[in-house]
Parts: sequence; C-alpha cells; structure tokens
Amino acid sequence: MTAHSTLSGEQLERTVFAVPGAHCAGCMGKIENGLGGLAGVESARLNLTARQLSVSHSKSLQIPDLIAAIEKIGFVAQPLTEAATAKQDGASRALLRATGVAGFAAMNIMLLSVSVWSGAEGAIRDLFHLLSGLIAIPTVAYSGQPFFRSAWGALKHGRTNMDVPISIGVLLVIALSLFEALTGGPHAYFDGAVMLLFFLLVGRVLDSVMRDRARDGVTALLKQTAPGALVIAEDGRSSWIRAEDLRPAMLMIVAAGERLAADGVVEAGSSSIDLSLLTGESAPRSATIADQVHAGTLNLAAPLHVRVTATGQDSSIAEIARLMGEAGQGKSRYVRIADRAARLYAPAVHTLAAASFVVWLMLGAGWHQSMLIAAAVLIITCPCALGLAVPAAQIVAAGSLMRAGVLVKDGSALERMAEVDRALFDKTGTLTLGRPELVNPRALGREDQSIALSLARSSRHPLAEAVRRALEAEGVTPAEIADVQELPGFGLTATFAGNPVSLARGEGTDGLTTYFHRNRLAPVRLHFEDRLRPDASEALARLGDLDIECSVASGDSAQSVASAIRGLGLTAQTGMRPEDKLELIARLGRSGRKVLMVGDGLNDGPALAAGHASMAPGSASDVGQNAADAVFLGDSLLPVAKAVTAARRTMRIVRQNFVIAIGYNAIAVPLAFAGKVTPLVAALAMSGSSLVVVANALRLRGAAR
Amino acid sequence: MSGLIYLIPIALLLGLAGLAAFFWAMRSGQFEDMDGAGARILIEDE
Repeated sequence: MTAHSTLSGEQLERTVFAVPGAHCAGCMGKIENGLGGLAGVESARLNLTARQLSVSHSKSLQIPDLIAAIEKIGFVAQPLTEAATAKQDGASRALLRATGVAGFAAMNIMLLSVSVWSGAEGAIRDLFHLLSGLIAIPTVAYSGQPFFRSAWGALKHGRTNMDVPISIGVLLVIALSLFEALTGGPHAYFDGAVMLLFFLLVGRVLDSVMRDRARDGVTALLKQTAPGALVIAEDGRSSWIRAEDLRPAMLMIVAAGERLAADGVVEAGSSSIDLSLLTGESAPRSATIADQVHAGTLNLAAPLHVRVTATGQDSSIAEIARLMGEAGQGKSRYVRIADRAARLYAPAVHTLAAASFVVWLMLGAGWHQSMLIAAAVLIITCPCALGLAVPAAQIVAAGSLMRAGVLVKDGSALERMAEVDRALFDKTGTLTLGRPELVNPRALGREDQSIALSLARSSRHPLAEAVRRALEAEGVTPAEIADVQELPGFGLTATFAGNPVSLARGEGTDGLTTYFHRNRLAPVRLHFEDRLRPDASEALARLGDLDIECSVASGDSAQSVASAIRGLGLTAQTGMRPEDKLELIARLGRSGRKVLMVGDGLNDGPALAAGHASMAPGSASDVGQNAADAVFLGDSLLPVAKAVTAARRTMRIVRQNFVIAIGYNAIAVPLAFAGKVTPLVAALAMSGSSLVVVANALRLRGAAR
Repeated sequence: MSGLIYLIPIALLLGLAGLAAFFWAMRSGQFEDMDGAGARILIEDE
C-alpha cells in the first residue's frame, strides 16, 4: 500500500495535513503511492473519514515541499498544528467500550432470561438469576459510569439532569433484583436494567459520533491563519519554520499572497496588507518600514521582511481570545432540551415510584412485594426512549445537513439554532465571498484575454487568481507566452510573439486595480470587487419567511457596506469593533431576541461565541470556525437558511418523540402500578418504544433539502 | 438437564470471546477510518 524508501538511522518527522479534496479510493491510491515514491518520505497514510493525511518523512524534507508534491498529484493540502491533530476522541472510545460491554452482557443475560420466561422453575431459575446477577453487576459498575458520574456532578451542584433518574433507577433495580436472586424470588430485572443501559449508551454514542464527525470536518477545513514562515537565520540561510516554533526577534520573509504567521515590524520592503480577516475592513492598508503588521493578515503586493515581535498566544489575536472567553459563558449556561425535560420528569418518576410503594403497603401487601412493584414502576418509567429521543433525531438531521454542506458541531447547536428569531450578518467574507473578483473581464479583447490568462496562471497572488478564475469562467484558452517573470511589488511580465506584455500594479492606486499592458498600447484597467455570495438574496428571503429579521453588522466603513449590500434590502450598522458587536448582541438578547450570528473573521470571533447560535463559512478564519456552532461549505449562502429550517424540523421530531415516549409511559405505568408488569413485559415495552422513537427520527433523513 | 453444566459455560465463553474480539478491533484502530477501510481494497498495489 505504501512504498517504503530506505532511510536508515535518519530522524523522522510526522506531519499531518488536511486534504479536503480526497473522497474516494482513487484519491487514496494516488496520494499514498505518489507520496510514497517521493525521496525522503517514509510512509504516507490517508484517513478518508477525517480527510487527513499523515506523512512520516525525513527532516530534510520541508513542509512547503510536501505541499507542492501533493499539489502536483492534484490535491490541496493544509498542514495541521499539533493541537488540531491531537486525538480528542478519548471520550468517544470510552463510550463505545461501555456500549460494547453493555451490549454483550445484555445478550447473555437475555439468553438466560428467555428460559426463565418460558417457565424454568426452582433451582434452575435461581441459578439463572444468580448467573444473570453475576454478569449484570460488573457490567453496571463499568458501563453505568458515564451516567453515575454525570448524575453525581449535577447533584453536587444542586441540579438534576436526565442521568439522575437513570442512575437511581438502575441502582435500585439491580439491588432489588440481587435480593430476589439471593432469596429465590420469582422476578429479577437484571435483563431490564442492562438493556436500559445499553439503549441509553447507544444514544450517547450517537451524540458523540456526531460531534467527532463535525469536528473532523471542521479540522479538515481549518485554514490555519498561516502555517509557518520562511525565516532567515543570522548566517543568511533561510528555512521554513512552523508558526508554533516562531520566536520573537526572528526575521521572516513574507511573500506576496502569503499570510503573516506572527505579529511583527516591517524591516524591509513596502506592500499593502489585507486586514479583512482581522477587522472586516475591505480596503487594503499600506505597510512600509517600521510599520506594525499583524498575524493572520494577508500580504498583497510585495515581499516583506518582518522582525517577529509576538507569536501565538501573545499576538494580537490574544485580545480577541479574551473577549471570546467572556462571550462564550452565556452559551454554556444553555440547558439542553433533554435536561429540561428531565427537570420535570425526574421528580414525577420518583414520586410515582414512592407512591406505588406506599399505596401497596397500605393496601396490605408485604414490604417486599411493594418494593418489587415500585421497582417495576421505576424501570418502566426510566426514560429509555427519552434518552434516545433527542440524540437519534439530532444525528439523523446532522447527517442530512452534512450532505447539504453544513457541519453542525453538536446537538445543542441544533436546538439553539431552532430558536433563533433574529440574524446578524458580517459583510466581508460572509455576505460577500471575501475574495476579489474581476469585474470587467470583457474590457480585454479576445487575444488580450488569452495573454492575460497565461500571465495570471503563473502567479498565486490573489488578484492574479481572480483574473484566472474570471477568464477561465469566460472559456478563454491560454496563449503561448515566454519568459514569464513575477516581479515582486510590480506584477507579471512576459513576452508574446516577441513583444512585451504585463499585468501590473498602477502608480499610486490601491490594491484592487491592475493594469494590462501590451506593447506600447494604452493599458487596460482591470477592476476588482468583493462580490455578494450567489443566492444571498434568496437565502435572506427564506430567513424572512421563517420570521427571522436580518441585518448587517460590519467592521467596514459605511460607504463600502452600502455599495456591497445594495439591493438586498437590509439595514446595516457599520464601523463596528468586536466589542460593539458583542454589545449589540447583548442588547438584542436583553430585549428577548435570540440572535443567530453569521460571520467569518477574527473580529467576529467574540460575536460568534456570544450569539444564541452562530454559523461561519468554510472560508472563515480558524478562530471564526472554532467559535461557530456550524460551518457551511461552498460559495452559496443558502445553507444558512437550510440549517435553520432543518433545526426547526428536528425540534418538531424531538417533541413528537417525547410525546411517543411519554405516551408509552402513560399506558405502561398504570399496569406497573397495578403490579401486572413482569420482567418480560418490561423488556418488550422498553425495546418497542426505543424502536418507534428511532424510526420516527429517521424521517429527518431529507431534512436539509 | 446435566447438559446445562457444559452449555452455560460455553455460552458465556462465546459471549466473552465476542467482547474480546470487539476490544481487540477497537484497540488495533479498525474503527479509525470507517470510509477508508472500505475503499482501501480498491487501491492497486504498485
């Protein structure tokens, strides 16, 4: 599968890349075999689920070389930081193990129970009960831990959640059944208790799988603000250094079209810097010697030598991180619907069980029989279907949304998204595409278009890429040009049929115009603009149909916001700093509105964390994507409306599931109360209601259409 | 009825064997890449 080159004794390094474009066996083979054949690569393995490629290679092979090699194979790769690749799915695995144990135990106990149900008596029944207990008690001790721990945590803070009635029910039932088994009684509920745990654990596993899948999806997208930089050492040699290894006082070279990996001061060169990810401002700012420049901003025009002043946690992002920490507190106070249901449900269950015990005791049944009936009431009312009602619906809806291009981070995000009645949009990168688009490709003649395309194809500068995209969309075929040169700070030059041609920056203009020169003819002015996302107006109309009022909150100037959102019929607030956006959300929250924040930049991070729910586009900064509840892929804005619709449908199904689960209790509880529920009836009723709830949840498969 | 003396331990052992197999599969990373495992058989070795 993976080719091995011999690299005896050399130090190996492991780098993980996100490869969002890999999706099939062919891609897998191409990447693994292609990289495996590269000198210096020891092995390469692609994880298709997480879209992550893990390469172990010799130190001499640097990250840009690997990226270039992967690009040659035909895929875009982004190196991931250690933090992003550190496996956080320990919780998921522990749950899966607990589920496995509970599942196998439930099967074995059921095997023994079936013979008891079909009439085994006397010594054999007692033996089987004891054996069941022998299996059940260690199982509950192991698999019940997630519930016990969470119940204890809630009780310690004087609260109650879904796990409190579950834990009490399971423990009581096991204790009573043990007593029955030891005294040779006719009914033991070991099977019911273990099966209950199994079904509930399945619900938990679904919940956690959903979170993992979304997290992997988001990790694969993370456009690390800048993965690293080319650093010049004192002896004049340059080497590529990862962002986390950069130290103050290092000198880095930032090429045109590259993002800065750290804060610093310009030492040589002059260029214009795109701050849109940091502040939301769309107009580039010029930077020259002694100017401060910030991590995450994009160098547009010419290479800069930057002396690093602050890295990582100390950089300008730190202030935004502090705001985000404060803003996120409101969200952590949100109580999930299952726990809200449990607040009403748990006291009812416990009162009912206690009442049945007292009533039977008063009616003259012995305390033993009364206990048994109380246990039957507990196990029948234990929210087995309730525990599945929410996660089953949410994972089906999240799967459907994922196919439609929306990654939802967790179930509570779906719940909150269903409640929003107000939406705030950032402008740059959210309502608009956040990248320059060529406005006037037709300004060039047919032949000039071909020449311009050939020129643009040889550079990765954002404006050159915009020219390439626009001309390729026009169906232009590239012309034969020679001697292509990229002159930093000036543009691209080449010769066409012996005459000089160029795509170049004009004198004294801002970064959003370029001139096309050919021979000595008058230059053609190419104009660039950040366009609205396609379907923006339809998405806003759909949100309007859902009774969600939309407006714009942007860090950009009033003039550029007004021209960008013309025709959308939105009101806008402009020139907003991150603090102002937070204040706006807080004010709306105080007046009872639930705000959906849609934004992408670092400056939106705090607002995304503060919003009742939040979404970020796939092109957002990593801060934006980490803060948002959901990430939508592609250029269209429609997924925002689709996500809200799907979230509302999910909540409808969840409520139906609650009604089904409680309705089943309404039928079963009187039977249990009357002492008619045997372990067989309890087992049947429990699995029956769980199946109905799961089947109902499957109706959400097309929720995001 | 004396058959139970053999059958019950056999049943329990089989259950345990299944559980052990599940744990082994999990530890050796077979649930790491559910999509990739299926696709991997289609890759041609060079």
